[in-house]
Formats: sequence, C-alpha cells, structure tokens
Amino acid sequence: MLDLVWLIPLFPAIGFLINGLLGRRLGKGVVSVVGPSAIGLSFLTSILIFFELINKPPSERLFEKVIFDWVVSGSLQTVIGYQIDPLSILMALVVTGVSFFIHIYSVGYMHDDPGYARYFTYLNLFVFMMLNLILANNFLLMFVGWEGVGLCSYLLIGFWYEKDSAANAGKKAFIVNRVGDFGFILGMFLLFTSLGQHGIWTLDFTEAFANANKLDTATVTAIALLFFVGACGKSAQIPLYVWLPDAMEGPTPVSSLIHAATMVTAGVYMVARCNVLYNMAPIAMAVVAIVGVATAIFTASIGFCQYDIKKILAYSTISQLGYMFVAVGVGAYAAGIFHLMTHAFFKGLLFLGAGSVMHALSGELDIRKMGALRKKIPITFGTFFIATLAIAGVPGLSGFFSKDEILWMAFSSGRGHFLLWLVAAIAAGMTAFYMFRALFMTFFGESRVDHHVAHHIHESPKIMTVPLMVLAVASIIGGYVGIPHVLGGANHIHEFLAPVVGGGAEPVKAQAIFSLISEAWAAGGGAGGHSAALELFLMAVSVVIALIGIGIAYFLYLKNPALPRMLTEKWKGPYRLVSNKYYVDELYQFLFVNSLKRLGTGLWKGFDEFVIDGTVNGIAYFIGWLSGVMRKMQTGFVQNYAFSIVLGGLILAVYYIMRAFF
Amino acid sequence: MDILGIPILSFLIFFPLAGAIILLFIKKEETIRWTTLAIALVEFVASLPLFFKFDSATAAMQFLEDWWWVEAYGISYKIGIDGISLLLVLLATFLTVLCVLCSWTAITFRVKEYMISFLFLETGMIGALVALDLILFYVFWEVMLIPMYLLIGIWGNPQRRIYAAIKFFLFTMAGSVLMLVAILVLYFINLKATGRGTFDVLELYKLGIPMGTQHWLFGAFALAFAIKVPMFPFHTWLPDAHTEAPTAGSVILAGVLLKMGTYGFIRFAMPLFPNAALDLMPLISILALIGIIYGALVSMMQPDLKRLVAFSSVSHLGYVMLGMFALNTQGVQGSIYQMLNHGISTGSLFLIVGMIYERRHTRMISDFGGISKVMPVFAVFFMIVTLSSIGLPGTNGFVGEFLILLGAFQANIVYGVLAAAGVILGAAYMLWMFQRVMFGKITNPKNEGLKDLNAREIITLIPMVALIFLMGIYPKLFFSKMDVSVEKFLKDFRGKVEMKADLPAPKVAEIKK
Repeated sequence: MLDLVWLIPLFPAIGFLINGLLGRRLGKGVVSVVGPSAIGLSFLTSILIFFELINKPPSERLFEKVIFDWVVSGSLQTVIGYQIDPLSILMALVVTGVSFFIHIYSVGYMHDDPGYARYFTYLNLFVFMMLNLILANNFLLMFVGWEGVGLCSYLLIGFWYEKDSAANAGKKAFIVNRVGDFGFILGMFLLFTSLGQHGIWTLDFTEAFANANKLDTATVTAIALLFFVGACGKSAQIPLYVWLPDAMEGPTPVSSLIHAATMVTAGVYMVARCNVLYNMAPIAMAVVAIVGVATAIFTASIGFCQYDIKKILAYSTISQLGYMFVAVGVGAYAAGIFHLMTHAFFKGLLFLGAGSVMHALSGELDIRKMGALRKKIPITFGTFFIATLAIAGVPGLSGFFSKDEILWMAFSSGRGHFLLWLVAAIAAGMTAFYMFRALFMTFFGESRVDHHVAHHIHESPKIMTVPLMVLAVASIIGGYVGIPHVLGGANHIHEFLAPVVGGGAEPVKAQAIFSLISEAWAAGGGAGGHSAALELFLMAVSVVIALIGIGIAYFLYLKNPALPRMLTEKWKGPYRLVSNKYYVDELYQFLFVNSLKRLGTGLWKGFDEFVIDGTVNGIAYFIGWLSGVMRKMQTGFVQNYAFSIVLGGLILAVYYIMRAFF
Repeated sequence: MDILGIPILSFLIFFPLAGAIILLFIKKEETIRWTTLAIALVEFVASLPLFFKFDSATAAMQFLEDWWWVEAYGISYKIGIDGISLLLVLLATFLTVLCVLCSWTAITFRVKEYMISFLFLETGMIGALVALDLILFYVFWEVMLIPMYLLIGIWGNPQRRIYAAIKFFLFTMAGSVLMLVAILVLYFINLKATGRGTFDVLELYKLGIPMGTQHWLFGAFALAFAIKVPMFPFHTWLPDAHTEAPTAGSVILAGVLLKMGTYGFIRFAMPLFPNAALDLMPLISILALIGIIYGALVSMMQPDLKRLVAFSSVSHLGYVMLGMFALNTQGVQGSIYQMLNHGISTGSLFLIVGMIYERRHTRMISDFGGISKVMPVFAVFFMIVTLSSIGLPGTNGFVGEFLILLGAFQANIVYGVLAAAGVILGAAYMLWMFQRVMFGKITNPKNEGLKDLNAREIITLIPMVALIFLMGIYPKLFFSKMDVSVEKFLKDFRGKVEMKADLPAPKVAEIKK
C-alpha cells in the first residue's frame, strides 16, 4: 500500500482533468460526482496508508517513492518523488479529509453558479497541488506545490472575475505570495550551494537534513530565515498577511478550504518539516516565535472592529496561524501541527457556517444586518456555536487542548519565555471576545435583518449541513488525540510525530535574544522545575482569560447592545485606526505599488524614450542635417564648381608659399 | 542522413527557398496559403529526425557537411549541429508552421510576397543556426535581415511601420558591420599564426589570441549579438519592431531572431574569445540584471499589449544572458532552455495578442476588459501562456528560470538575489495586464459580440500549450540532448581561460607580476 502513495495526488489530478476538459459538456451531475469522489478516494487511500504506517515500529515509519527524474542539470538532480512519514501522512489525512467534506458542501453551495465545472476543476487542482506540497520528498517539488496552491488560490479568489474587487484580491494574493516565494527560492539556493561546498549536492529532505550539521550556524540561520519569509507569505504573517483578508472575495467554501484549513497552514508545515534546520538556528526560531505572537495579537485586535463576518474569520485565521508559529518557534513542532489540525476542523467549520448564514440571508455578510438567527437556522447555529467554543479555548473541545499546549510550551520550553506566554494568552482572550461578538451579533439579540431578506431565511440543504455536523464532531473530539499528560492523557499525537520532529522541545537553552531575560527569569525561580501544579495553574489562567473575553462580549453585545456604539463614539481616533486595519494596506499601496508604477513610467518616458531613443534619433537627425549641408554644395552649376576649384587652388598656393617662406 | 539524396541539414536550409520559388508560379491566394503551409509542415517533419537520430552521447558536431565554397580564401560550406543548436533549429521549423497558420486571414494583400519572405526567412534562420563557417554564418545572418525588414515595412501597422522597419534594420546593421570586420581580423590573425587561412569556427576555437586584440574582437561580436538579443541599453528597436510587425513577424522575431543574439554569444563570441568574455562577465551580467528589472518595470506601465510583451522580452532575455554568463552548468543549461521557453511563451503571447487584434483592431489594454466572459476558451489558453511566462512550476518557464537563478546565485549571490526579485515583478506586470484585459465587467460595447477562438486558432495554440507542459513536467527529454554539449562548452571555456598564462598577454601579465 505504501508503494501506492502516488495514488493520493493522482485522484485529484484525474478529477481536475475530467472536470477541466469535459466538465461543461458532462453537465452538473457528473461534475458533482467526479469532484468530491476524487478527493474521497485519496482520503481513503490516505487512511489505508496511515494504518499501514502505524503498524510499523516508529523508527521505520519513513517511506520514499520516486516517480521520475525531473530537473536534472549537472550537480542538480531532482526527482518527482513522494515521502510518507508521520508528519506527511497526518497532513494528508487532514487535507484530504477536510477537503472531502468541503467538496460535498460545495455541491450544495455552488449549485446555481454558472461556473460550476470551473469551480470543481480549480478545487481539485488545488488539492492536487496541496498534496504535492505535503507529500514531496524534496524542496523543489514542495515548491511546485507551494506555487501551485498559490495559483489555485489566485484562481479561486478571483473566481467571480467580473467583480473588480475579486480580480484585484486574486492578483494581490499572488503577488504578495511571490514575495514570500522569493525567500523560499533563495533559501533553497543557499541550502543547495552551502551543502554543495561539502560535496553534497541535494535538495532531498532526508539527505539535506542528515547533512545539515555540516553547516555553520550563520548559514543555517540565513537559510531558516529565508524559508520563513516564504512561510510568512503563504501563512499570512506580518508583514505579508495583507492578502488574506482580501482573499475573502472568493466563494466561502474556498475561504474555508484554502484560506483557513489547508493552504495557509503550509508555512507551519514547512517549518515543522525543516525542524532540523530551525533547531540549529536559535535566532531564526526566536524570529519565528516573535513574528507569530506579534501577528497573533495584532490581527486579533483588528478582529475587534470588523463587521464583515468573513473578514472577522480571516483575521482570526491569521491570528491562529500566529499561534502555530509561536509553537514551532519555541520548538514545539508537534503542538504546532496539533493546533494546525484542530484549527482545520473548527475554522473550516466556522467558514462553512458563515457560508450557510450567507446562504440563508441571500449573501449578506454584515453582522450588523443579522441577529436572532439561532432559531431560524438551528443546525448552522449549533455547529457554529461548537466551533466558536472550540476556537475560544473552552475546556473539553479540541481548540482548548491544542491552544493550551502551545501556551504551555511558549512558557516552559527551553526557547519559550514568560512574555511569549503572556501576549499569547491575552490574544487568546481577545479571540474569545471577538468570536463571541460575532456569534452574538449573528445568532442572538434582535433581528436586524433586512425585511426583504427576512422571510426567505431558511436552513441550508442536507448536503451542506451534513459536512457542518461532521466537522462539528471533529471540532469536539479532534483534541482527544493530544490530551496533555498532566490531565492524565497520553498525547498520542506527540508520540506519533516524534520520529520526524523530535520529542517536543528539548530544554536546550537558547542563545538567542531571550537568553538573558530567560536566565534572569529562571534564576528568579519562574521557569525552574516546571511542575504539574504550575502547568495546571497556567491552564486555569488561560481558561479564565478566555472566559473574561466571552464575558465582555456577552456584556457588550447581548446585555447592553447600545454600549459598543457609545464606546466607539468616545474613542473615535483609536476606533478609526483599528477599523481601518491600521492603514497598512494604504501604506503598502503608497510604498510599493505607487512608487514602482511611478518608477516604471519614469524609466519608460524618461530613459527609454528620451535618453536612448533621443540619442539614436539625434544621431539620425544629425546625419540628415549634415547631408543636407553637403547637398547644398552639389548645386550642379559648373560655375560654382569652377569657383571651388580656383578657391582650392588658391588656398593650396598660399599654403605652399607660406611654408616656403616661414 | 539524407532526404531525397540531399544531406538533411542542407535540405532544411534550401527546401524553404525551393518552396519560395514554387510559390512564384502560383496565382490563387488560397492555393498559396495551403502550399506554404505544406512546405512549412514538410520542413518541420523533415527536421524531426534531427531530434530522434541525434546522438546525445557526443559533443561533436553531428550531421556534418563540409565542402569548399571559396577555397582560395578558406571559406567553406560547413554546417552541423550539436546539443546547443539542435533544439533551436527545431524551434525555428516549428514556429514557422504556426506563423503560416496565424497569417491565414490576417494578411490580406500581397500574400504571395509575404509567404515568400517568410520562407526566405526560414532559410536564413536555419542557415545561421547550423553554419560553422564565419562567412557562411554572416551571410545567413544578413539573409534573415531582409525578409524581416520587408515583413515589418510592408505588412506592418500602417502608422509607424517604416520608422520601425528602418530602425530595426539600422540597429542590426550597425552591430553586424563591426562583426564582419572582426571576422576578417580573426582570419588574418589565424593566417599569421598557422599559415592557413580559414573561417572554420571549429579551427578558430583553437586559436590563442593576444589579450588586447581579444577584447576588441569580443567587443565587436558582442555588440552585434547584444543588439540582436537585445540587451539593455540596445533594446529600443525591439518594442517598435514588435509593435509594428504583423503577428507572425512578432512571433518569429521573438521566437527565433532574438535567439540568434544569445546563440551568437554561446557559439561564437564566448568560445572564440573566452578570456575577454570572462573579463567582461561582470559588465554583461549587470546589463542583463538591469534588463531584467528595467524591462519588467517599463513593461508594467505599457498601455499597448504588444509593447508590453516586447518589454517583457527584454526582461526574459536578460535572464538568458545572466544564466549564460554564470558560466556553470545550471546557468548555461537554464539559459539555453530559457531560449526555447521564451520562443514558446512569448511566441504564444504574440499569437494571442494577434488573435484579439484581428477581432478588435486595437492593442490598447484600456479597450478591453471582461473578455473572459465572451471568450472562455481563449481565456484558458491566455491564462496558461501567461503562467508559463511568469514561470509557474509545472510550466516550461519555471525550469529555465529556476536553473538560471540557481546558476547566477552560484556565480555571484548578489546577481542571484536581484534576478530572483525580478521574478516578483514578472508576476506583477503579467497578472495586472491579464486582469485588465480579461477580468472585470465588459465596459466597451464593442467587446460584447466577440467570437471565441475558431478551429484554426485552437490548432495553432494547442501545440504551444502541449510544449509548455511537456517542457515543464519532463524537461529531461530536452536536457539529455544538450547535456554533453554544454559540459564540453564549459570545459573548453575553462580550459582556455586557464591557458591564459601561455598567451602573449604582456600588459596584464606584467602588471600582475
């Protein structure tokens, strides 16, 4: 079965080809079968392979399969090859599983769209590319998937291309991601050439990581940071997060699949995959953790003032991705992947729920025009509520376990720090606040729904609600694979991932930015001897913070619905700053877009047309002028010629006479 | 290998010429079109054995033919191909077929003369690519010039075609005249050194040339080729020529003629004058880098589709030059691959622009918008070609660009980083253009009734798209042909550079001591 790993990406590829080439001719019925079943089959294959893998002893859980030679040039020998290990198969399960249900949901959601076949074509292509990214056994193929998912994201964000905002958002996503890819590709080059100096020319994961110890710290740090630039692009971290909120222009299942559950987590996966490199580069890890935590709190704050339900979820996604980077940044790779998985369930569900709300309200996105929907669309409400509890970190649901583990590791890991924990914990409280704000404004209180829309409100069909329920179940129980030891759990996911990412963060003291403060902290007895009691205490603190967030949301949006408006009136300046997303988009527009356009125009008009062509045409005119002058001498009158001859003769005579005398 | 008793390369050179003569006797336009298509197809099919019979294990010239042409002066008719020219020859025969197809309805007057020019051009292209004698090469080099001049000047865009044609002619001429002088100097140096007068390139490769002279000669060759490539700052003829030329003219100009410049470097300028090439490597690399960034930025702001594509060519050819002068396996192989890629992607882009030009008689981006809605099939092709031009993995563009960047990175990290930054701009100008033409609502009522592609147009584009994917997914098929030749090129180059000490190069050597 392991040998058949190539089947996992093959099914979506076949689905893509059938839907893409024949989709419009085959009709909706066939497309609706081909699209989801292609993913279903690869989900099934992944499950079978997963069970085969766990039957092997942990040390033997690595399998590679080379399909064919790809780019082969001198010392560069790359292949199309896939790799199965605990990390990649877990990702494959999450991706194919969540994708499968989102595909089914899409059958209902997109049913009346004229671009139905095109939609499933892109969606299948996306899954194919995502699986290449995950299953690749070398950097270059990973990069193929990496840019490939970016392409699908571009195509799907701009799916309704007649809308200018959608087309713009797609383009923005692609170009911002290209900035990230620039880092990725340079990271690859640096890794390749610096390993090459030791006689190892490879982009293969296994080989590169096995030889990484030959490299010095500075080089590894540079490589790790360059890869992280790529991760920042794909996973929407500061400063490259700006494309993700705009990406909400795409159909909602796309936001759920690509911009919440799968693609945007690729950066986290990549850092976890390269854990060998990051472990060697403490500074790079510190950067990852700091960028992660900064993104987490920064975008959580933007979430406060958004009214577009999908935008709220988008900022929340960025914020949650920040958590995952905190985890991998402190060396808790398994915790990061764990949160990646639970997040795929509950955030995927939240988006699908938002889609179901839009479906009920004829496409309405503004939570100010919702309210009191809980009775009218009960299944959507119930599942959305579960997901909100999960993301807020309410004990017992999946999000609690994974988020809590990240918080604990941010504090206790050798590379962690009290401040990391504190900021992350506050951000968790903020998350609980704005998520419940959205929940209350959408489903509770009084109905503010436009009366034209109000009597159309209806629950979505089964084909959409069943995926909601499945993901709701996953959002609840998904956390039980990683119950911390302190609560008496076994933390299976840690054990499972250990062969790839090591047994969690080793308490190696970082020589990084934190080291001085960390040591002072440790000396003060803070981090010393992380007792079970401390872990439980911090857990309780984070639960309390989450409850406070929920409480404030309850107070402001259910108890005193008039209060938020008064507050925004009072704090006009800060409110405007935050609700305009700190004007980051405007700043980027000014700094990069406008200045490059101006430069382009300047070079074109100023240099190309004026300097170069001016010179060339100038020479041409000069020659033209010169020949014009010369032409005048050739008048055709014999007298003139005779005169010239006499004149010339005279000058010559004078010259020789002068020479003879002087 | 012979066809009709004629050695294959000679057949490929002279068959189009013979075809052109046949066309002289045909009157009906429709018959002329079909006959030309048949000739181009036969030519293409006849060139395929080159690929299949090519021996990838040797770097020696293959399908060699060597006869005296003017024995007294050592001028020979010596032709042959190696892994470097093989694929370019195929590209030329392949693109000519598509050019005939895309001229089908676009050319409405003087069809006979047009088709004759095209076949004449094909003779010139193939000849220049297979010539191994400098005079022979020079002759074919100039032979290409005349039909292209006519194509732009007669069938071009009425407003500025004369300006563009003359500009094209004069720019190219200015470079090639100096090259001719350099060729003659080379002949006399060799005559002095060996006592034998010859223009045979393979013989001249062996010659050791004093450093000072080498610089001058390299300069003359490099100028001729740099104008043809075109490298910054010699590129300004290109946007004019492309914009004014008929579609097929643009396709063949971008696809093959520009490659004559880059090919000239790798076949003649670099192996003949390796030390000078090495000395000037920083200059050429920097000009290439400027070309990459500059071309992209200027391209971004063009209001005219064809000019946009033309400036993107400046950017892409910058990559080709950068890779070549990285002087390592990845750089040079990537460079050759990118020559082919550029022929296919940019050739396709010109085909595509030509297709909407035929419908709307405008190339201004602002006249379009929302075309996806009315031309969905066209949109798919356009998207694929755009992605190939951007260098998306899975398409041909990625393989070439990746290798060039890797090669450049190894040669000099700064070059690699700057060139990689150009990749971001590449996505920006292409996607912005695509969005403005294809996306949004149809605002111009003239675009509402546009017809999607017809069968002939689809047939023209399908081979291109197939190659885009084939070259992107299984590049080994092509790399295996050029591997050995590139290795030999690099080995010889390095060997000669190391021999520098043996050369009479008093100035440099003395200063160093």
